[in-house]
Amino acid sequence: MSEIPGDLKFLKSHEWARVEDADQVRVGISDHAQSQLGDLVYVELPNVGDHVEAGNACAVVESVKAASDVYAPVSGEVVAINEALGDKPETINEDAYGDGWLFVVKPDAEARDELEELLDPDAYAELIENDEH
Amino acid sequence: MTKQTILNATHRAAGAKMVDFGGWDMPLHYGSQLEEHHAVRHDAGMFDVSHMTVVDLRGNRTREFLRHVLANSVDKLKVSGKALYSCMLNERGGVIDDLIVYFLSEDFFRVVVNAATRDKDLAWIEQQAQRFGVSVTERADLAMIAVQGPHAREKVLPLLHPEDRARIEKLGKFVAGEARGPGEMELFVARTGYTGEDGFEILVPESHAVALWNALAGAGVKPAGLGARDTLRLEAGMNLYGQDMDEDSTPWEAGLGWTVVLDENRDFIGRAALEKQKAQGVPRELIGVLLQDKGVLRHGQRVLTEKGEGEILSGIFSPSLGKSVGFARVPAGAGENLRVDIRGRELPLRAVKYPFVRDGKACI
Repeated sequence: MSEIPGDLKFLKSHEWARVEDADQVRVGISDHAQSQLGDLVYVELPNVGDHVEAGNACAVVESVKAASDVYAPVSGEVVAINEALGDKPETINEDAYGDGWLFVVKPDAEARDELEELLDPDAYAELIENDEH
Repeated sequence: MTKQTILNATHRAAGAKMVDFGGWDMPLHYGSQLEEHHAVRHDAGMFDVSHMTVVDLRGNRTREFLRHVLANSVDKLKVSGKALYSCMLNERGGVIDDLIVYFLSEDFFRVVVNAATRDKDLAWIEQQAQRFGVSVTERADLAMIAVQGPHAREKVLPLLHPEDRARIEKLGKFVAGEARGPGEMELFVARTGYTGEDGFEILVPESHAVALWNALAGAGVKPAGLGARDTLRLEAGMNLYGQDMDEDSTPWEAGLGWTVVLDENRDFIGRAALEKQKAQGVPRELIGVLLQDKGVLRHGQRVLTEKGEGEILSGIFSPSLGKSVGFARVPAGAGENLRVDIRGRELPLRAVKYPFVRDGKACI
């Protein structure tokens, strides 16, 4: 299990969010999630311009084992998607917190509270620790 | 209580992700299912299949008994060591299980049945065996390791006793023989498998199973889990019991008609029902399907056809093809114009011949 970067926030459903600036929140799934799913073979991303709602399913990651919904950690407009995953979904297995990002959201003005509610790395680490026992 | 094979600790020490499979604690993968799949397609991999049930049948009337309980004909088995794949049917023609039967001598046959169906299989076999005076002995003392891949045989053979090596090397496909392994351990080596690749399935006394596994690993055979086993067998067009057929489907409806022999003067269990269904017209069939779009076919997805609805039985992302393939059960004569419902979206589905992959090569 790789170290969890300190600048990430998490949903209980294993998505991470990185606030890069006020207009840009990058989203992916955690290293724990990719390891539970196994080899990823297919990723379905939202379209640039789509509006996503915090807590709603907006992408699908599919592994050799199962399909899994990805929930938006924050509401806003999708401004970028990781198109490289179309040909190389295994990037998520290899680098979940880096090159394996899924999409970037420009948060709505009122989305600040949503970000506050996300888990910090320590709380998330505790959550997955309990998951495994 | 989950059951464990004798190799359980070995799998755990190798970092396997373990899952419950039919009541057994088995390795799903050892890190990457995809890598294990490719190892078997291109080199050599090994599977712990000790959870499978080995049953020895003895008695003068064993052949007669098997002519009665199996839909395939054991009359094809004439040379000692020869194996046959068959369904065992109920009176309705439904599949109780699929199995491999080995002919060893006129009063000794060995069958290998599935793990998840062990209890009902043994009960059925014992019940039917009684009136033929056939003794039924489960061989829980034997572990089983399947070594599969284009280089599997050349990695196994050097581990065998020099006096046995040439004989085992010459075994034809679907033939088994006895041999001594490392430290003179007694092995039953069959040139069979469930991957579409060449290789052996080896029965070994439990007390020697870990030593054999380690010797194989030392020879460069890569451990592979149930995940890779599933993608390999489906690419090879092989059915999985409980998913592709069960007691409510006949071999005609499960793509297993090729295993049924309606020979003269043989009254096997289920025959009357099969003949009746054939005469009336088989209502459903199993077909191979390919998803052109991105996405993965999964068990239970709805298939839409001009003749009505069907469903995906087995579906995988095929590592060898880079696309999703599967088996579907559809109304007979459903034709080519198929769609599959994947999470509310209807995607076009192509009916294709299977096997999808054989001996390392794509067939579609």
